[in-house]
Amino acid sequence: MPIQYYIAFAATLFCIGVVGVLTRRNAIIVFMCIELMLNAVNLLLVAFSKMHHAAALAGGGKNVTTGVEGQLFVFFIMVVAAAEVSVGLAIIVMMYRNVHSVDVNFLNRLKN
Amino acid sequence: MGTAQILFWSLTALALISAIMVLVSKNPVYSVLWLIVVFFAISGHYILLNAQFLAIVNLIVYAGAIMVLFLFVIMLMNLNTETEPQKSIWMKFFGVVAGGLLLSFFISFVISSADLKGKSAQLKEGEIGLIKTLGKALFNDYVIPFEIASILFLSAMVGAVVIGKKD
Amino acid sequence: MSKLVYLVPLFPLLGFLINGLFRKSLSKGLIGVIGSGAILASFIVSLVLFFDVKSAGAALPVEPLFTFINTASFKIDFAFQVDQLSSLFLLIITGVGFLIHLYSTAYMHEETEAHFGRYFAYLNLFVFSMLLLVLGANYVIMFIGWEGVGLCSYLLIGYWFKNSEYNYAATKAFVMNRIGDLGFLLAIFWLLSKLGAVSFVEVFTHLDKLTPGDITAITVLLFVGAMGKSAQIPLYTWLPDAMAGPTPVSALIHAATMVTAGIYMVARSNALYSLSEVAQHLVTIIGLATALFSATIALRQNDIKKVLAYSTVSQLGYMFIGLGVGAYTGAVFHVMTHAFFKALLFLGAGSVIHAMHHEQDIRKMGGLRKYLPTTHWTFLAGCIAIAGIPPLSGFFSKDEILAAAYAKNPVYWGLGVAGAALTAFYMFRLYATTFLGNFRGTHEQEHHLHESPAAMTWPLIILAVLSIIAGFVGVPEVLGGGHMLRSFLAPVLVTEHHPEIEHSTEYMLMGVSVALAAIAIIIAINKFSKKPQLEEPAGFGKVLADKWYVDELYDAIIVKPLNAFAGFLKNVVEKSGIDGIVNGVGRFVQYSARQLRLLQSGQVGSYILFMVLSMVVFFLVYWNQAMITHFFQKIF
Repeated sequence: MPIQYYIAFAATLFCIGVVGVLTRRNAIIVFMCIELMLNAVNLLLVAFSKMHHAAALAGGGKNVTTGVEGQLFVFFIMVVAAAEVSVGLAIIVMMYRNVHSVDVNFLNRLKN
Repeated sequence: MGTAQILFWSLTALALISAIMVLVSKNPVYSVLWLIVVFFAISGHYILLNAQFLAIVNLIVYAGAIMVLFLFVIMLMNLNTETEPQKSIWMKFFGVVAGGLLLSFFISFVISSADLKGKSAQLKEGEIGLIKTLGKALFNDYVIPFEIASILFLSAMVGAVVIGKKD
Repeated sequence: MSKLVYLVPLFPLLGFLINGLFRKSLSKGLIGVIGSGAILASFIVSLVLFFDVKSAGAALPVEPLFTFINTASFKIDFAFQVDQLSSLFLLIITGVGFLIHLYSTAYMHEETEAHFGRYFAYLNLFVFSMLLLVLGANYVIMFIGWEGVGLCSYLLIGYWFKNSEYNYAATKAFVMNRIGDLGFLLAIFWLLSKLGAVSFVEVFTHLDKLTPGDITAITVLLFVGAMGKSAQIPLYTWLPDAMAGPTPVSALIHAATMVTAGIYMVARSNALYSLSEVAQHLVTIIGLATALFSATIALRQNDIKKVLAYSTVSQLGYMFIGLGVGAYTGAVFHVMTHAFFKALLFLGAGSVIHAMHHEQDIRKMGGLRKYLPTTHWTFLAGCIAIAGIPPLSGFFSKDEILAAAYAKNPVYWGLGVAGAALTAFYMFRLYATTFLGNFRGTHEQEHHLHESPAAMTWPLIILAVLSIIAGFVGVPEVLGGGHMLRSFLAPVLVTEHHPEIEHSTEYMLMGVSVALAAIAIIIAINKFSKKPQLEEPAGFGKVLADKWYVDELYDAIIVKPLNAFAGFLKNVVEKSGIDGIVNGVGRFVQYSARQLRLLQSGQVGSYILFMVLSMVVFFLVYWNQAMITHFFQKIF
């Protein structure tokens, strides 16, 4: 599959995530949009990894492992994302407990 | 058009539509459900790229653990359409315009780039996505990052408990 | 011996530094010895230099002490030039200056130590500046001395700084001088831009590089400088007011230093002036007008020093007539004789004032002949000398100028002789009112009248002798003399204009001027010795007594409009213009800061929006940089 298709797909997914972050006020939805953006990047990494692998195979040689780093990177991103979600959700829960709202506009302490 | 292409396009369409539905759903619970559909579609893409390990991990970690966590939190807070805060129409408009501009730049870049001409991703075959290959690499070259990731998890767990604790 | 030149100004400078820095710890006697001794030492060196020049018959070589200004296009050395002209001036300045210093030690004895030291420090600085002015081998060094003289006159006129009127007089002198200095400065700039050189030697050897227009402009501008320093119309009003200073200072300003600077400068630049008809006519007419105008004012002044002050202005006018008609030797000769008899008259007046306990109004004097014999006789000698009665010095110098004026235009001569008659009249009015008749002061004053101490009378006697005999260095041919001064100065005053007048005419001219002066003297003595003018002047006399209302005129046409303009600038331009701009900038910054602060809403959503928008802008610029570069290249 031409790599351009993957890039365009991942970019579209990413931009949908951006628009979600910009247009929604619910902290949980914003958080989900960030996950969406992470996944777009993950998909692109895997696609690039397969692209490099295909190029290495076409260049000849057996047992090449070119591209394996890309997929390991995706693995680590997932690890970090899982940790991030657990901490982030804990923060949102705490915020809800304090102000009884998940509205990000409610948190404008940065102004001062 | 072979099976792979049909699968690619249908999975792409599914992922994009579901992603848009995540945004437009008024009820946060629906958003979570649509997001799970997006993750399933992306996992399908992984399988198409013969990245089996990542496809499974994606399903287990994202669609399974993380999304259930989201669902739990939403239900815990009893969020629904009525309590959903709405942004002003202007902020929404500007957000969509800004995102659309960004997307148009990415697309124009992809179309005009000379470097990407003739490159393509390998579908259905290739062995690097297999657990065997990844496992060898992970436990030989990347064993230290792997172990550090476990420490990260531990600290995240402790952090979540500390933050979420009622004081 | 030219190596000694730098010593001449060095001694007064050292005297200034010592007296100025240690004035509080030195005793009065020591201060007087240091102050006078410095000038005496300069005088001795000057004498040596003078005889060097005289025996060599040529100027000593100019030796730069150091480079003063060095730029790509010109170089100005700090150099001294000793030739016939400057060595003569050195003698006058240091000689008369020394006598005045000596006189001051007695005259200023009532002052406290610190003020006494300050006085002598200023005097020495004054002499130093004047020596610098005369010795400078280029216009820039001359200008340094020129400015120094102006500064010292300010300091000395305002010496009694607790009196605000004296301070006003000092400021007036300074400002008037500054107006003239601007002309001098512009002339120097003009020379620099046209010739790239300011030293006398270079300028006078490259005169062919200047167009007639340049020369006229430069000479007129130089003359503006001379007008200020030598108190010519229209910048003369400071000199009579300069009487606010102590009397020896007046003597120093009027006789030895300061006012002769303008004469010296024009005489030094004679090569330039001779090339410009316009400037010569200007100098003559201004000199003539000043001579007559101030003589009329002097007729009705009642302050002993004011009369002398206006007579100085008048005599300076004669010197400028001499310069204007090309009789440079006559002008320099008159500077010399005038230095002697004017110093004598001022010091004599100082002696009178000293005896009268600082009373300066001649209407309250009279009959002082009996009480102050030495002062009286020396003062009389000064009066005869200035009136132009042969064989005293004033006759020879004034007659030389008048003869040259006659050769140029008989009208000049007629007006000059009229002025000379007026001079004789007002001087003898002063003499008769002060020394003849009966004493008109209080009994207490009469009781305290006494002759001044020796330190004051000896300078008077020396100056009187000089006033009597100094004329013999310039006896004209027609009277059987060789005119030593003319042949001595001839190498410097190369463009001297020698009038060809028949001997019979010259006798006639002399006879007329002497006869007129004598008649004026007789009338004045008859009129004022018995019945002095005690009443307040009325009618035309009042106009003269009020100095033709020139001060009031200047006040109305220059000072008041300037004040009004300054007030306009202060109240309108400053307040609403400058302040408006400054406050406007401040207000704009405050306003825009208030508006910009709204961007920091504290809401993460808007921050992210800005982030995305700036990414968009970044990509826009990045992908279009070639086009943007092209666009900017087109603009700039």
